[in-house]
Amino acid sequence: MKPFDYIRPATLAEAVTEAARPGSAYLAGGTNMLDLMKVGAAAPERLVDITRLPGLDAVEWLPDGGVRIGALVRNSDLAYDARFAASFPMVAEALLSGASAQLRNAATVGGNLMQRTRCAYFQDPASACNRRESGSGCDARDGENRMHAVLGFTEHCIAVHASDFCVPLVALGAEVEVESSDGKRTIPIDELHLLPGDTPQMETALRRGELITGVKLPAGAAAFSGHARYLKLRERTSYAFAVVSAAAALQIEDGRIAEARIALGGVAAKPWRAAEAEASLVGIEPSQPAFARAGEIALASAHPSGANAFKIELARRIVTRVLTRALEGTPERMPALPGSPFAARPDKTSGVAHV
Amino acid sequence: MSEQMSPERMSPETQTTFPRHVRHGSNSGQPVSRRDGRLKVTGAATYAADNHPEGLLHAVIATSTIARGRVRSLDVEAAKAHPGVVEVITPANRMPLHHDPNEKMPPFGFRVEVLQDDTVRYVNQPIAVVVAETLEAATEGVRLLAPRYEEEDARTGLDNGLRHEAQSVGVGAPGTVSFGDLDAGLKGAARVTEGDYSTPPQYHNAMEPHAVVAEWDGDTVTIDMPNQALRMSAASYAAYFGIPAENVLIRSPFLGGGFGSKAILNGPQILGILAARQLGRPVKLVLTRAQMYGPVGHRGRTWQKLRLGTGDDGKLTALHHHSIGATSSFDDFVEPAANASLMLYESPAIRVEHEGLRLDIGTPGPMRAPGEASGSASLEIAMDEAAEACGMDPLAFRLANYAETQPGTGKPFSSKALRECYEQGAAAFGWAGRPLEAGTMRDENGFLVGWGMGTAVFPCPQFPAEARATLRADGTALVETGGADMGQGAWTALAQLAAESLGLDLDKVEFHSGRSDLPDGGVAGGSGHTASAGQALSNAGGDVIARLTELATGDPDSPLFGAGNIGVVAAEGRLHRRDDETRSQSYADILARAGQKELVGTGKSGRDPASAEAFAMHSHGAVFAEVKIDPNLMQVRVSRLVGAFAAGRIINPKLVRSQYYGGMIWGISFALQEEAVADRRTGRIMNADLAEYHVPVNADVPRMEAILVPEEDPRVSPLGIKGVGEIGVTGTVGAIANAVWHATGIRVRNYPIRIEDLLRRR
Ligand SMILES: Cc1cc2nc3c(=O)[nH]c(=O)nc-3n(C[C@H](O)[C@H](O)[C@H](O)COP(=O)(O)OP(=O)(O)OC[C@H]3O[C@@H](n4cnc5c(N)ncnc54)[C@H](O)[C@@H]3O)c2cc1C
Ligand code: SF4
Repeated sequence: MKPFDYIRPATLAEAVTEAARPGSAYLAGGTNMLDLMKVGAAAPERLVDITRLPGLDAVEWLPDGGVRIGALVRNSDLAYDARFAASFPMVAEALLSGASAQLRNAATVGGNLMQRTRCAYFQDPASACNRRESGSGCDARDGENRMHAVLGFTEHCIAVHASDFCVPLVALGAEVEVESSDGKRTIPIDELHLLPGDTPQMETALRRGELITGVKLPAGAAAFSGHARYLKLRERTSYAFAVVSAAAALQIEDGRIAEARIALGGVAAKPWRAAEAEASLVGIEPSQPAFARAGEIALASAHPSGANAFKIELARRIVTRVLTRALEGTPERMPALPGSPFAARPDKTSGVAHV
Repeated sequence: MSEQMSPERMSPETQTTFPRHVRHGSNSGQPVSRRDGRLKVTGAATYAADNHPEGLLHAVIATSTIARGRVRSLDVEAAKAHPGVVEVITPANRMPLHHDPNEKMPPFGFRVEVLQDDTVRYVNQPIAVVVAETLEAATEGVRLLAPRYEEEDARTGLDNGLRHEAQSVGVGAPGTVSFGDLDAGLKGAARVTEGDYSTPPQYHNAMEPHAVVAEWDGDTVTIDMPNQALRMSAASYAAYFGIPAENVLIRSPFLGGGFGSKAILNGPQILGILAARQLGRPVKLVLTRAQMYGPVGHRGRTWQKLRLGTGDDGKLTALHHHSIGATSSFDDFVEPAANASLMLYESPAIRVEHEGLRLDIGTPGPMRAPGEASGSASLEIAMDEAAEACGMDPLAFRLANYAETQPGTGKPFSSKALRECYEQGAAAFGWAGRPLEAGTMRDENGFLVGWGMGTAVFPCPQFPAEARATLRADGTALVETGGADMGQGAWTALAQLAAESLGLDLDKVEFHSGRSDLPDGGVAGGSGHTASAGQALSNAGGDVIARLTELATGDPDSPLFGAGNIGVVAAEGRLHRRDDETRSQSYADILARAGQKELVGTGKSGRDPASAEAFAMHSHGAVFAEVKIDPNLMQVRVSRLVGAFAAGRIINPKLVRSQYYGGMIWGISFALQEEAVADRRTGRIMNADLAEYHVPVNADVPRMEAILVPEEDPRVSPLGIKGVGEIGVTGTVGAIANAVWHATGIRVRNYPIRIEDLLRRR
């Protein structure tokens, strides 16, 4: 591993100043950053460890009913925060469907948002990758790409963003609070991750040195809590990234859908909000044909980027299914296999609290 | 270091809390818990890389990122300039070896890459070794080498590899075997079913990667490494370094998994030992997870074709199994997949054929059930397809084709309780209610349900092995053999056999193993370790008892005096007159009266050649699988597995069950998950880590049942032990694939079965 400087600033001001220097990178839980450094896909000159910064590890409830999650809150702590999980059940379900217990204990909220793509060519320094090294090419395009994007990709990059957490967040319209020496700003999470276009090396809207300090969920997001699910298809029952995943949330009034939220994971370089599919459901009575149509609409612009046409059909079906699950209602307890098709139906007796 | 490892810790003094599992005067056959279990869960068990001799240097191998070509340059200067780097070993300065690494070293010595030249033959081939004061410095030194290559097109698949007839497959089995008239069998068949099947490359992903710590003292060397074949390896390393075999001491008290990979001599280990010799300091070399994908063997990819002719009675008229196995460009290990068809079913005509396909990959090697796993994975689907074509229940079809004698040769089996396995497995599973048709079963949640089965089989070799037993003045014993515990429980099962033969309680027996300076424990492979080393230990114990008997029955003052013709029985530390149990004498007493401080016995094992010639010898089993599949998303989950196995005498049912469970879990892995994905342009494996190279997690493992079907077999060996380590993988893979068909009506013939295989066609 290339030698690097390691600094552990005590204040936020110090952290953002250090991080603004070229060659710096933040280190949070390290579950992604350190792996990339070990395989040589990332080689920062300076690691700015933010884990000791004060004030970033709380889940705060705002007077209006919204919630602010500090960037250093651990994935598992957030998922097991009872009030949070009750208000935003599909966020908790998504978190618990990710990685393994050990990883979730280490991974932070900010780190999860900022995790890099799992594209194998991105992680292999011997391969050409526009995202890792601008202009070098994209070895995934004619390579092993069955897990790659079906939406929003370009010939320059076909990678997907692999986070589960971000999928319900984008569905619920979360906002990301960031801070740098230039001050603070707020970015809608839908605008945090960028589609590749012809600049795949630009992965997010963060400017150099900008630190995510927290994520805010608006008060209105809790109104979906009765009908909110996350569904994730993976190649083993647990401890695998999504082939395709989806979050769906409904508000039902007088037998009709008053509001709908749908987002997909594992299909694009960003968590994919399916706004048109949502719109197609508003005001109608929930039904299987309506959900199937929503699935069609959500994937209308999809096409294969390689040997992955199956993901399009799969994504349609997952949208339909997760809407069905959301309609059935949020289970009282977290299913034993969060996000899994095998979590079966909402079961009020056999759910377990831990996975 | 490993003096405080295990043998000492395993001694009776520190093992007093072990439960006494003795019934009818014997430890054997009892479900004794692992004697090393506590050491392992408390972290007290030392593995090779836990050793840090004084003055230790760290070596890291630089591996190639291309599959074929030449290393044009290495920036040795830059690496050497890095603080802490002591030496960079390349073909230019690598000390000479006494054996040409391009020559094989029988019996199991493959051609290895130890920096003999600048040729690159596969991805992850060692191309240099950086040795430094710290692991970090060596790692960075490797990066600074920044190799440049002259690259040639990589041969990575059927379309560009070189096909050739395989003269021999596995480690020396014939590549083509033919019985009867295949064409006539096919012509005379009422129907012929055929299909193309494939199995992917799989890599040994033992928890513990290959590791070596080597320390030279003049012309002798002490090597800490996980090793499944201590004596054989010691001799091979000695040959590489031109020293007598007894100058090599290998210590391998525990292995964190072997699976065949650690039975074979590989380049990286030699390089670690070489670095220590060249630099005159102890060296540690540990492979990274990614480096395990290349230089240390793997289960080679196969492309198989099966043709089955069946008559109106549902009996096979012909069985044709053809397999292409990927091997390296420079050596041969062709997966003996088709040979599975020689072991299982009766047919008047059988032909098995193998071809090799030369690719730019590391040479494959044995991996848990080599050949039997890949071959039965395909054969069992083919059998299911034939059963379907005949309109027969898959179990009834297999029973109709039950081989009463070895297919082709007609040799009798030494024992074969497969019928009982079928019966007991089917009963426990509830197979009787299975609908013939596919796609008809649903569970209460609406999931598709499918039931499938497969036959399990594995040969039961017995290798030459030696052991020593020393009875001490206090009536306790020391027993020794250079065996290997890869986690299967040799520390326990072998000690049980020794205790039984000595008529001693287990906690009166100190067991030493895992060192090459002990009597040769043979190879811990081929599922033959307990049968081999165990028999040797048992014979050594028997030898002690025979000598002891002589002392006692010849001593006029012994209560056993003159019992020579009647005989004595050894139990609980005493010899008893066979006809009068009240007349007995303790071992300690016998030794004391004879004025002996100790009594040493030795034992050997090896199969009786006449028996080997006369009989076919296998372990058998039947595996029944249930899968549940989301009817729409098509994610598959194995929900139930029942295996019934007959494997001769069972020494420790608890450990044996664990072996079956482990094998069956590997079956899940093989059927649904495991695959090394190589980029077809470069040959680089794109998922060489445990996040992306999938093996089952706990949530993938269903309720399992392993039934131990009783079987007595005095022909395989006096103790009647067969083997249990590998058989669980076989049968299971096909059973799961067949269950997937039964749930969906979709035949997937390529492993692993993936979502898109099922999604596409619905
Ligand atoms: C084996 C494995 C399996 C996994 N499976 C899943 C899965 O199924 N689903 C899933 O969603 N995820 C999965 N992950 C990814 C995991 O969720 C992320 O690695 C983790 O969330 C990253 O958080 P961290 O705190 O460890 O980040 P780090 O590794 O410390 O950092 C990750 C990136 O974020 C940047 N960063 C961190 N914090 C901030 C901040 N506050 N502001 C700005 N930038 C920041 C870092 O500079 C770095 O680039 C898996 C990871 C592994 C290793
Ligand atoms: S898909 Fe994107 S991340 Fe992957 S190799 Fe191509 S450019 Fe790089």
